[in-house]
Amino acid sequence: MTDPKPENPQPKTPAPTPLGALSDPQPVAPPRSQWRDVWDQFKHHRGALAGGILFLLIIAVVYLGPLVWTIDATYIDIRARNQGPNWAHPFGTDQLGRDTLARMMAGGQVSIAVGLTAMLLALGLGSQNGVLAGFYRRIDWPLMRLTDLFLSLPLLPLLLVMVLLFRQALNTTFGPEKGIFILIVFAIGVTSWMPTARVVRGDVLALKEREFVLAARSIGTTNFNLITRHVLPNVLSPIMVSATLGIANAIITESALSFLGLGFPPDFPTWGRLLNDATVYLQDYPERVFWPGVAISMTVLSVNYLGDGLRDALDPRIRGR
Amino acid sequence: MTLRTILLGGIAAAALAPMAQAERGEDGQVGIIYWQAPSIMNPYLSGGTKDLEAASLVLEPLARYDETGAMVPWLVDEVPTVENGGVSEDLTSITWTLTEGLVWSDGSPVTSEDIKFSWEYCTAEGGGCAQIEKYGGIESIETPDELTAVVNFRNPKPFPYTAFVGAQSPILQKAQFADCLGPKAPECTEQNFNPVGTGPFVVTDFRPNDVITLEANENYRDPEKPAFASVVFKGGGDATAAGRAVLETGEFDYAWNLQLAPDVLANMESAGKGQIVSGFGTLVERIMVNQTDPSSDLGDRRATLDHPHPFLTDKAVRQALSMAIDRELLVEIGYGDAGRATCNVLPAPEVYASTANDDCKMQDVEGAKALLEEAGWTDTNGNGVRDKDGVELSMLFQTSTNAVRQDFQALIKQWWSEIGVEAELRNVDSSVFFGGDPGSPDTFQKFFADVEMYANNFDGTDPEAYMSNWHCDQIPKPENQWQGNNMPRFCNEEYNALVDEMQQTGELEKRAELAKAMNDMLMQEYVIIPLVDRGRVSAHSNSLGGVILNTWDSELWNVADWHRKDTN
Amino acid sequence: MLTYTIRRLVLSVPTLLFIALVIFLLLELAPGDPMAQVPLTVPPEVKAQMREALGLGEPTHIRFGKWLWQFFVVEPMVLTDHVFGTELAADKQRVISWQTRSPVMDIVVQRMPQTIWVVAMAYVVGVLIALPIGIYSAYRQYSMFDQVGTFITMVGYSVPPFFSGVLVIVIFSVQLGWLPSIYDTTHRVVDWNTFVTQLKQMVMPVMVLALQTTAQISRFMRASMLDNLNQDYVRTARAKGLSEQIVVMVHVLRNSMIPVVTVIALGVPQIFGGAIITEQIFKVNGLGQLLITAIQANDLPMVQTVTFMLAVLIVLFNIIADLLYGLLDPRIRYD
Repeated sequence: MTDPKPENPQPKTPAPTPLGALSDPQPVAPPRSQWRDVWDQFKHHRGALAGGILFLLIIAVVYLGPLVWTIDATYIDIRARNQGPNWAHPFGTDQLGRDTLARMMAGGQVSIAVGLTAMLLALGLGSQNGVLAGFYRRIDWPLMRLTDLFLSLPLLPLLLVMVLLFRQALNTTFGPEKGIFILIVFAIGVTSWMPTARVVRGDVLALKEREFVLAARSIGTTNFNLITRHVLPNVLSPIMVSATLGIANAIITESALSFLGLGFPPDFPTWGRLLNDATVYLQDYPERVFWPGVAISMTVLSVNYLGDGLRDALDPRIRGR
Repeated sequence: MTLRTILLGGIAAAALAPMAQAERGEDGQVGIIYWQAPSIMNPYLSGGTKDLEAASLVLEPLARYDETGAMVPWLVDEVPTVENGGVSEDLTSITWTLTEGLVWSDGSPVTSEDIKFSWEYCTAEGGGCAQIEKYGGIESIETPDELTAVVNFRNPKPFPYTAFVGAQSPILQKAQFADCLGPKAPECTEQNFNPVGTGPFVVTDFRPNDVITLEANENYRDPEKPAFASVVFKGGGDATAAGRAVLETGEFDYAWNLQLAPDVLANMESAGKGQIVSGFGTLVERIMVNQTDPSSDLGDRRATLDHPHPFLTDKAVRQALSMAIDRELLVEIGYGDAGRATCNVLPAPEVYASTANDDCKMQDVEGAKALLEEAGWTDTNGNGVRDKDGVELSMLFQTSTNAVRQDFQALIKQWWSEIGVEAELRNVDSSVFFGGDPGSPDTFQKFFADVEMYANNFDGTDPEAYMSNWHCDQIPKPENQWQGNNMPRFCNEEYNALVDEMQQTGELEKRAELAKAMNDMLMQEYVIIPLVDRGRVSAHSNSLGGVILNTWDSELWNVADWHRKDTN
Repeated sequence: MLTYTIRRLVLSVPTLLFIALVIFLLLELAPGDPMAQVPLTVPPEVKAQMREALGLGEPTHIRFGKWLWQFFVVEPMVLTDHVFGTELAADKQRVISWQTRSPVMDIVVQRMPQTIWVVAMAYVVGVLIALPIGIYSAYRQYSMFDQVGTFITMVGYSVPPFFSGVLVIVIFSVQLGWLPSIYDTTHRVVDWNTFVTQLKQMVMPVMVLALQTTAQISRFMRASMLDNLNQDYVRTARAKGLSEQIVVMVHVLRNSMIPVVTVIALGVPQIFGGAIITEQIFKVNGLGQLLITAIQANDLPMVQTVTFMLAVLIVLFNIIADLLYGLLDPRIRYD
């Protein structure tokens, strides 16, 4: 049953027309593209819109902000240390007198970049393995045992080994900063794809026994099309949830890596590191944990709402309601 | 006359009264928290400070150091010296005589056989004893009678107080450990967790890496001590949490080694539940300056003497690096009252401390710039970094992961950038950095960086072994699997000669002179840049009395005297 | 189904052996040294002798073989001895930790009570809170309840335990003085009062941990419920006149459980892996703290043994999850 069907010599049947169109009168307006519909639905989703705007705003602030607020994030003004918010330093300064606003912006660039790319990598690996394992029985066993293996490996030694093996090579190929960025994204990506893979596989196992998959197969749809057109859209919601949780995870994991000395240089600010450093000062300077905590939460929330909206928009059953 | 005697007697009795009333175990329980949890109670099988200190509640040496660094007799009546005849004139033997009537916690007498056994235990083949260095040079131990042990050395030993002195080499009970020699040492779990000792407490429950419960030793030599009936010794967590448990919530009575930012500590103390105690020992935070080229292009021979460093071999550069640092500010940021700016790698004891290098306490950025200018280091290409003959003053600065060290790194990087020296920072997890794994490129011995920062000290009060760290033979290199203590790869015939001379010298003044000379040579060559003389900071609750912080021995050295006091 | 289960169990043996080998090689390759925590005052030659005494001089394959023998032959013997009072393992070398020089399994057993009290309890609490939140949020999508729930769970998930743990300690232990900040592992529950003490000391770590679990599982539950609520069969069921409760709690819920079961099954082994950061903060000293201190001290026998036991649980619970799929959706067939 999983054998690929021989390719139909005749041109394939046109893409299935929308269900309702069967009985409807001829459409008066020109047919709308699917993506147009998706966009229409998406922009009517208040949460998604708010999430999207917030996310763009955060990105704009961290990337464009340093053009306006030109204090160097690593510049130490020791006389100005431990200040609360004031005009010279709107977010205050840290224990060495570095400007928190500048550090938040510089840190945001790294954290968002690492969070997004690592999340995408983990998501890509996870969904791919999950779909393939669920769909093709023959590779289910090896792929799932690989997942078991990765779940079992102790994280810290694994990361240490990765750094040991790849840091030098990456540094010489891409330069120190890009090299470490790639290393971190790779490290987080390959150590966090397993839950997504298991969840997606579970859903695919159930989905491929559904009638619509059978129907699609009976009209000669290739496996590739089956997966991309019928299976993937239906497992989108767990993937979206994994994405939102993954971005939060990646931002925090990055700080843990830097803390262990496996990540960016110690004077390089990131949100996770700022939060970590400030935790000691929780009682003395509570505002210092506030900024990175809020920034991470806001980013995760905005991605979450974006994901919700996207999922709803891509679901033809909800669309148009 | 009689009246006067009576009056005096009355005063004396009044003064003695509280002492006389003291009774063993009357003060209930005392809680001690160490943020590193002890894993074993046998100091010979683990060199970790946490394990040494936990074991010192139970096991005791013949003599130990007090808070001033002076040696005090512990299980003996007097410390043997040449003057009292305890040490032979030719410095080849030392005679220890046990105090009469000492018993182990199981009630059996302590004998000289136990002393001899402790030596045999540690030096047994295949046992992997961590303190074997303390027994170095011992040829034999004779036990002419129950109380006397004569230690014979192969060569004259100017400082014979390494074995059986201090928390590192306590006396084990022969009866208990007789079957645990050599390769069998690790199998004696029961013995290692619950050793029979002469100390004020006895283990009742040992949970490795978690918590130890102890109770007062029924057979302790002073019938009035210890005042506490039981001890809960909790481990784990971090320094902040340990400080909080003593200073803010009052759940524990004593917290060890609170290396925290000074303002955080001060804030905790202001909660009013406890107080901070600090003391200074020999621990110095320092920057090591690599004399060899760590460039990865050199393959297997990187960071060895085959390839001298391209610019750190220039003394002017090293001196400028040192001059650019404001040590007082580092102390203020990182250690507060628990640190002192220092210009010596050997800061204590008093007799060994040199005053020849104290100029370094003043930061001198202009002077450093002038020095570099004079030595021909100028910024020819306008990138903000000085260079000469195409060599840029650009360095990799590594240290272990630790919040204070990362703050120091950032500060020092900025000062160096002010004098035109660029630094890239790297922090390495301390289990990798301080581990000697020859397979890892990130250890402090391999030193694949230009400068590195860490702290080091020495046991007890004698600096002989410590100062010999910078002998040429101690340079880590591939041939010795990168094992060695001479991190800067400093190699100087004159220095070697001083090390050899100290090993032959017995008089204290002469030894002090030699040690100072070695210290000054290292300092004036600027291969080691000392930063901060770090004190030990601990905290105890207001109701805990008798705490005397001791940095020369275990912090719990006088736990028998600890008692509960009224806080009003 | 039964043959499938047996086949899976049998096949998991070579898988686990392979995993054990990979873990062993990984630990071999990882940089680190069991002597890292020995003070610098101990000279390098002495450290070399200490390494020798730990058996580090022997080649890798011999040490792996020894570990296999000790773990699979000697340790079960010790267990039999313990249960039946036999003397099978009298003189045999057990898996010995390098830090403590004592059998690893004894310490693992010692750590079980606090791990179960805190970490497992937190997991159960988390799941029990998460499921209703997820179901109701989906059923009333975009209602006030859903919005607040989303906000709290997402913020809760974004705030890492190293921060939230310290925050609750500062509030409840330092400021209010209600709860202890340090977990007493020697505490025994014998009567009502000791039970209350136990509750007091576990409430903070349980809450901090449960927050993470709740956030994760409720999101998956909500998403999966949403997928199913709009399906045709739901309309059919409603049209048949089934009560709303039956429609949602039986039809929709059962069909939505597959991803949730996967996530829950993935989480169970993690319980025994412990919660490293939370355990450190509250000094619970369970299996997580055991593992992390062993890793930091490069105590290879301990790390190998604990991670391998986790691997066994991971493989086992994945099999359980696969079997549950079949029960939840009979269309999924494995044979």
